Amino acid sequence: MTATARAERTDVEVVDLTTTALRELNQRLHDLAGGGPGPRRWRIRNPNGAHAVACGLDAEVEVEIEGHVGYYCAGMNKRATVRVHGNASTGIAENMMSGTVVVEGNTSQSAGATAHGGLLVVRGDAAARCGIALKGADIVVGGSVGHLSAFMAQSGCLLVCGDAGEALGDSIYEARIYVRGEVSDLGADCVEKELRPEHVEQVRALLERAGMEDVDPGAFHRYGSARRLYNFSIDNAGAY
Amino acid sequence: MSWHLRESALFPRHVIAEIQRAAREGIYDIRGFGAKRAVPHFDDLLFLGASISRYPLEGYRERCDTDVTLGTRFARKPLRLKIPVTIAGMSFGALSAPAKEALGRGATEAGTCTTTGDGGMTPEEREHSRLLVYQVLPSRYGANPDDLRRADAIEVVVGQGAKPGGGGMLLGHKISDRVAAMRDLPQGIDQRSACRHPDWTGPDDLEIKIGELRELTDWEKPVFVKIGAARPYFDVQLAVKAGADVVVLDGMQGGTAATQDVFIEHVGIPTLAALRLAVDALQELGLHRQVQLVVSGGIRSGADVAKALALGADAVSIGTAAMIALGDNSPEHDEAYRALGSAAGFYDDWQAGRDPAGISTQDDELAARLDPILGGRRIANYLRVLTLETQTLARANGKSHVHNLEPEDLVALTVEAAAMARVPLAGTDWVPGP
Repeated sequence: MTATARAERTDVEVVDLTTTALRELNQRLHDLAGGGPGPRRWRIRNPNGAHAVACGLDAEVEVEIEGHVGYYCAGMNKRATVRVHGNASTGIAENMMSGTVVVEGNTSQSAGATAHGGLLVVRGDAAARCGIALKGADIVVGGSVGHLSAFMAQSGCLLVCGDAGEALGDSIYEARIYVRGEVSDLGADCVEKELRPEHVEQVRALLERAGMEDVDPGAFHRYGSARRLYNFSIDNAGAY
Repeated sequence: MSWHLRESALFPRHVIAEIQRAAREGIYDIRGFGAKRAVPHFDDLLFLGASISRYPLEGYRERCDTDVTLGTRFARKPLRLKIPVTIAGMSFGALSAPAKEALGRGATEAGTCTTTGDGGMTPEEREHSRLLVYQVLPSRYGANPDDLRRADAIEVVVGQGAKPGGGGMLLGHKISDRVAAMRDLPQGIDQRSACRHPDWTGPDDLEIKIGELRELTDWEKPVFVKIGAARPYFDVQLAVKAGADVVVLDGMQGGTAATQDVFIEHVGIPTLAALRLAVDALQELGLHRQVQLVVSGGIRSGADVAKALALGADAVSIGTAAMIALGDNSPEHDEAYRALGSAAGFYDDWQAGRDPAGISTQDDELAARLDPILGGRRIANYLRVLTLETQTLARANGKSHVHNLEPEDLVALTVEAAAMARVPLAGTDWVPGP
């Protein structure tokens, strides 16, 4: 028996976006908020790059998406677990509040933008601005991230198992960045900091939550704010 | 006066003072309020009124309706307002909690909507605002899906008139514990808001973003797009093509809580210049009145409201004038303003957080000076006066609804205003331009 067939026998609601309108799918998922009746496990077939798939969820449901998605998949997610078996375009899990979003492939830019809580896992690479203006969520990237990742990131963690592009952590506030590979360069007010045992433990926990226990948590470098630009000083004008 | 005591037109005393301040302090001037320079404005237009060929309406007998509905294009629940004046977005952080509450109370009493701002929605604001527009800003401070759904409309802020192309700033002394918590930032730091949205770039992305906002809210809420007056013809067309239900156009006179003076005075075009271009864009798309146009930036009186409507706006929005109605720059605080090196009528240090009127502050003691119930009453009174004045002018021009005012009712006092508003110079039939 195939995995799909097994799933269908265990109360999984299967929705094919070639025959069901996105509006109908999202409305049915939204109707589950506040403990509304309905399936708790969903399988979305043929997303074909549709935008805003499974955005605005507010229920403890599991949504498996079989294929590539467009912009803003799982946007503003609360509590739900959304797994994309493919690639995701711009703004996956943007402004997520809680829950878990996993992308098995790569993501375009602004993955996890402004996310306040929850966990975003990208098993492949994430393009530019990954974790931009991060506000408390955790992001784990199995591959590399593009330029200006964690730009103005306020809190939460961005963990990158590969490399990071230019201007990493530009104008960062209190978010933490961990990178295992090379960093092209650091943005304004972002500096490398000592990786102490408590940070190794934090990396280990993040890797475990992301299902990447085989990665050595001690192999990362830590980056964060130098806090020199928190209050304007003319002496720092060259840094702006 | 001696020939040698002539003041330089190029270097008058206030310019000299600013050069010397810059030399002392080494930082550009950051302030609140809006542009202080004189630019062509609604004062440069006059209504013609009725005559033998135009039939007026009786002032206190015949109806002149003022209702306006915003968001009729796609939203399932448009905003139905009793008056064509709304309260513009102003953040909790820039404004005190009592000030935000007062704006909500006043708007509700007058039958219109108010708007959140950078930093998110406060419970007081939601509780006291019957109709509340929720801004989606580049910073996304305090942004969350619950408030998005609690709102009555959504406003995607692309820019504001005081600083088209500029992000926000809230200086450290206004970052109280509550503001810091709402914005996920450390207390006391200078908070900068990005000038670009973090997850979309350009009109094609904006269309997808608006689509997401509609999906998030089940196509219930009207989606506004707010732009600063930079290239209004193109920006309005792009906003409409991206799916906006309502376009909010903010001219360069629009206020700000904290921006560089050089930005306020030198970027963007006047409200009068922008308005006709925005209407052109809507008319060419065949969507004038179907996509509503809200205009802000320098609205002070019913005359301004009526002239904006006559030139094609569906409603106007007030920010600075609403703060003044609450008591900002009131002579009753003159002594306190003077202690801060300013005076009533001149105070623009809204960024500093020491507002004696308790409006642009996060200091609990100062904020407590503003009674939100009394403030709400003042806002409602002011909104009613704006509406009555607008009706007076509309009736004088023979209109039974304020939306029936039209450019044909207007003439201009200056060549510049005639060219911008595309109405004749008074006493002539000359409209400058091609």
